[in-house]
Amino acid sequence: MARAPHRLLGFGAALVLAAGPCVADGLKDLYFGEALYHANQGQYFNALERLDTELAQYRGLDEPRLDTLHYHINGAEFSVGDFELNYRMHHRAGRAIKAVLEGAVDEAVRNEAAFRLARIHFQKGQLENALHALSRIEGQIPEAIAGDVEFLRANIYMATGRPSDAVKVLKQLHADEGLAGFTAYNLGIAMLQNGQANDAIGQLDKAGQIATRDNANLAIRDKSNLVLGNILYDSADFGRAQQSLERVRLEGPFSNQALLRAGMAEAAAQHYDRALVPWNILVEREPTDIAVQEAMLAVPHAYASLNVHGRAALMYGRALESFSDQIERVDASIGSIREGLFLKALVREEARQNKDWVIRLRTLPEAPETYYLMELMASHDFQTALQNYLDLEDLRSKLISWQSSFDAFEDVIRLRGQNYEPLLPGVDAQFRELDSHMRLRLEQRKHVGERLQAMLTAPRPDYLATADERIAGERIGLIEKQLEESGQPEALALQQRLARLRGALTWRLQTEYHERLTAAHVHLNELNAHVDALTAQYEDFVRARQAATHSYVGYDVQIGRLRERVAGAMQRVNIVMARQGHMIETVAINQLRDRRERLVTQQTQARYAVADSYDRAASVQPGGAGQ
Amino acid sequence: MSLTIRNVTLVLLLWLCGAPGWAQENDRQQMRGLDEQVQEIKSDVLGIAEELSRLEEKLLYPSGTQLAVFVAIAEGDQMRLDAVRVQINGQLVAHYIYSFKELEALRKGGVQRIYVGNVPTGDHQLEVLVDGKLQGGADFSRTDQFTFRKGIEPKLVGLTLAGPDSGSPPIALGEW
Repeated sequence: MARAPHRLLGFGAALVLAAGPCVADGLKDLYFGEALYHANQGQYFNALERLDTELAQYRGLDEPRLDTLHYHINGAEFSVGDFELNYRMHHRAGRAIKAVLEGAVDEAVRNEAAFRLARIHFQKGQLENALHALSRIEGQIPEAIAGDVEFLRANIYMATGRPSDAVKVLKQLHADEGLAGFTAYNLGIAMLQNGQANDAIGQLDKAGQIATRDNANLAIRDKSNLVLGNILYDSADFGRAQQSLERVRLEGPFSNQALLRAGMAEAAAQHYDRALVPWNILVEREPTDIAVQEAMLAVPHAYASLNVHGRAALMYGRALESFSDQIERVDASIGSIREGLFLKALVREEARQNKDWVIRLRTLPEAPETYYLMELMASHDFQTALQNYLDLEDLRSKLISWQSSFDAFEDVIRLRGQNYEPLLPGVDAQFRELDSHMRLRLEQRKHVGERLQAMLTAPRPDYLATADERIAGERIGLIEKQLEESGQPEALALQQRLARLRGALTWRLQTEYHERLTAAHVHLNELNAHVDALTAQYEDFVRARQAATHSYVGYDVQIGRLRERVAGAMQRVNIVMARQGHMIETVAINQLRDRRERLVTQQTQARYAVADSYDRAASVQPGGAGQ
Repeated sequence: MSLTIRNVTLVLLLWLCGAPGWAQENDRQQMRGLDEQVQEIKSDVLGIAEELSRLEEKLLYPSGTQLAVFVAIAEGDQMRLDAVRVQINGQLVAHYIYSFKELEALRKGGVQRIYVGNVPTGDHQLEVLVDGKLQGGADFSRTDQFTFRKGIEPKLVGLTLAGPDSGSPPIALGEW
């Protein structure tokens, strides 16, 4: 029972992949698309950085509905949780998805959020919480995740010791092609856990014959056959065990174990000659593999059982030599890890490019023999530790590059200051002068506008007099005054002539009033276009002027604070990285020590066996010389 | 005999069925503690990255002059995009060659920010050159020119690319 979560780890990973970043149909927000672009390449830090910034801006808006992210807000909230999950930030992922779950969203969205939350809890081993999250799913379930929900439910039941419930769920599950092999295998294991041994055998037999081309399903099919072979072998049903084991692909990840077990099934039935067929294939394979090392002892044992003692002695001798070599390699590996070369090799750039890189470390000079660490490396805990170490290394690189960015920023700011500071006082003085002229003219325009507006209800023809007319009117008034004061008899005639002149002037002003008023409005409107152009130019200048100041003033505090934050983060990264690295080295060394002990035991067995075989070979030789 | 089949069986069973329990409970506790710390550091560094990205934008690409050009691939299009070149007002500002991983990321709906820079307000010329291969293996190359207007707010220009078989324009300009 305790083993179940480990068996199910692979399926958890399958679920994560199944619910990866989705295609955004009809994308409206380019920055959300950019976050998906990074996430689609597995660059989850960059994806989170982009999406966090977008979401923070969206939440800070007065009217978020007007923002382009609004069209994708549910997808964005989900994606944040997904990216965080993929970036192994389970705490934040859980919070992000809970926020969606508790928001005002429709049933399908809530159900998907509940599923994702359950998946996070399951991966963290919080099985009760995972079940609780699944219990929040009700009503309509999005078709794309319906199978995944039930598959996850069954996995949780198996991990919580409820195999009968898991059997019920898995029997009703019509999984898609991607999960078919996993579902069939899990059903077999659930039946086995539930005490239904015969049903389990039948089910694993089916799981072992599923038609598929998918690599993951091919691997799980191999595993089904291997497990079935083991069960049948334990039941002493060697013939059927053999049939099942023969279905395991010779190139697959379980082939070595299957070959070893196939030989054992034959040997158990006293068919040593037939046992030698798979074992002889096996002994030619990678000598660090645990099954291969077992086969190195099993092959001479079979020859000895067939009374071919000379051949057995030779093979034991070969095994002895190989074990000695391997012990030396393990010792060298331990030394290499102690010197810190393992960690150095792990953080090389190739590790980012190729997920199998860790296994290939063996090709590097002085790197440890990683084939001995494969079992360790396949474990979830080690993978988490390793990924954390690599993530910390990435963060360290980013922090270092940011530190140099600050220097560059400060350089830019300094240069901008040097450029603008001598220029701006002159520019400002000139601007103030122009500004006061402009204000005066705008005030005048405003005053004229108000007058014209008032004249629509209270006509004032005199306001529309031309300059000549105004001068003429003033001169007429002056002459009128002089004539009144002169008291001469000829003044009367002059006054009459003057009155005619004033009359003519007034006539013109009165009769042309409407025409002039219309023309004045037309001119004022024409002026508006110039005023608008002037205002736009003015605003452009103000913006450019502000931009000049903003380009180098006010950054000191922010950059200073960021410098401190980066330095603090760097310190923490270094401390935790050292601890994480030490932990990885320790468990790797422990693993190698275990393998060393095992090799030493096998070496001892081989040493005794080789002597024994030589004795037996000698005793059956004519004359007993054993030559 | 120093080794019996039973020995082999026992070892194998332990190996097949044994959990990859690489760490003792104490180690596990320590690992969990470290994992929590790593998560906290990631959260901190993401916060710094967010603030730094805002600072960088404000300092290097102020909204009054900011121009960003994005590249997307039309939904379902199977053209193999090899390279994109972008010229603004006759100046080459971006020349990007795509890896398989990047192409897949675009095909899955991702959008690449190929260029971010500064231009003054007003009308500008954008020239885009796309190189790729069609499904049958034939070379595909297309150039298009567009005019866009930069206002006082940041300008986002999206280029959606498609092969000739898709029925969509090979280079479509979208403005945000």
